[in-house]
Amino acid sequence: MNSKASNNAKNDLVDYTLHLADSSLIMGHRLSEWTGHGPMLEQDIAISNIALDLIGQARNFYQYAAEIINSNNEKEKRVTEDDLAYLRDTGGFKNLLITELPNDDWAKTVGKIFFFSTWQFYFYQKLIHSTDRQLSAIAEKALKEVTYHVKWSSEWVIRLGDGTQESKKRMKKAITALWPYTGEMLVPAAFESNLENRVCIDLSNIKDDWLKKIRTVLDEATIDFPDEKTWMQSGGKNGIHGEHLGFILAEMQFMQRAYPGLEW
Amino acid sequence: MDHVEENIIDNPSKEETKKRIWKILHSVNDPEIPVLSVIDLGIIRKIKLDDKIVEVMITPTYSGCPAMDFIGMNIRKVLVENGFNKIKITRKLSPAWTTDWMTEEAKEKLKSYGIAPPSSKTFDKNYLKNLPVQCPHCNSVNTKLISQFGSTACKAIYQCNDCREPFDYFKCH
Repeated sequence: MNSKASNNAKNDLVDYTLHLADSSLIMGHRLSEWTGHGPMLEQDIAISNIALDLIGQARNFYQYAAEIINSNNEKEKRVTEDDLAYLRDTGGFKNLLITELPNDDWAKTVGKIFFFSTWQFYFYQKLIHSTDRQLSAIAEKALKEVTYHVKWSSEWVIRLGDGTQESKKRMKKAITALWPYTGEMLVPAAFESNLENRVCIDLSNIKDDWLKKIRTVLDEATIDFPDEKTWMQSGGKNGIHGEHLGFILAEMQFMQRAYPGLEW
Repeated sequence: MDHVEENIIDNPSKEETKKRIWKILHSVNDPEIPVLSVIDLGIIRKIKLDDKIVEVMITPTYSGCPAMDFIGMNIRKVLVENGFNKIKITRKLSPAWTTDWMTEEAKEKLKSYGIAPPSSKTFDKNYLKNLPVQCPHCNSVNTKLISQFGSTACKAIYQCNDCREPFDYFKCH
């Protein structure tokens, strides 16, 4: 491989790692908004725990991305995990759009976790087999945590969907509103297509499992499966976001922007 | 060169020094579950002695466990107190930490502390089914899950249907 090709491969690997880091960070940060506001103490604790797991996973990915970037530019200033989380703007973020959507009510929040963690569950199962040893290690670690997120969110979707008239109405509304944001989860971005399948995962391999799990849970929740022909949103992986992301970043990054290098 | 290091690391054999470090690390506790040491929990994966540097390999229990930085600091502190000056703490993610690495002694300690230890041995498919969890207070298995997530990432909240006490359960992981 010549040096230009090898640089491109490194850049794709950085983008891929950042995409996974950003999705976990933004989802985790969004969910942390519930801390202190959960509908009951146990669920407040549960959602804060899920947020913590996600932010931990994001840190693992950011640390690895920083390592790859630094191995690329030895002469330039070394990049840290904090630089990547706090000093990039919306156009640099590659998170899935579903992670930046506002929490709204509890049904919308658990619906988001359900779609996203089910995707993570199958994604990490495949990523464990990556020839990139660090991505594989992070996936192996994260999968155990995500398994509990899938279980918890599935139970909530069923509980609300097969619950009272009001809870069913809200769960249905949430599933319909969230569905258009699930499409991009399974469509590769350019950096994914460029990377060898031995490094990144082939998204077409997880599609059936993901759909099957969603269908099983929605059936049990007595909620109709969304129209598969719905027009799907896309752009998150390429840095094209809705207006919501800017507000999250403004809040999350304010301290580092106002007081560069600030530490607690 | 610092003579203290030479005394400790060069004179006794490497194996003896390693044994001594393992023993020292028994005094480092998990800050959130102080009855357990980092060794009971299986957080210490390896100790390497190389060129007078003590390298301690640790693995996080959960990706976001906020205790890890604190644990790393305490390991460093206790080793410095025991005369080791060059210490390197490395984080190793794979193989991923599992409650299977928890010693039997640790499980007993957890129980007497009021936390139900992990109920199944391996992280197999059954862990997602709600396996019977024994109440650490009255030993009844007639208990119910209140929440899959508890006061720390590693615990769930249960309640005993017999003695009515709520308790923490250390999840299979």
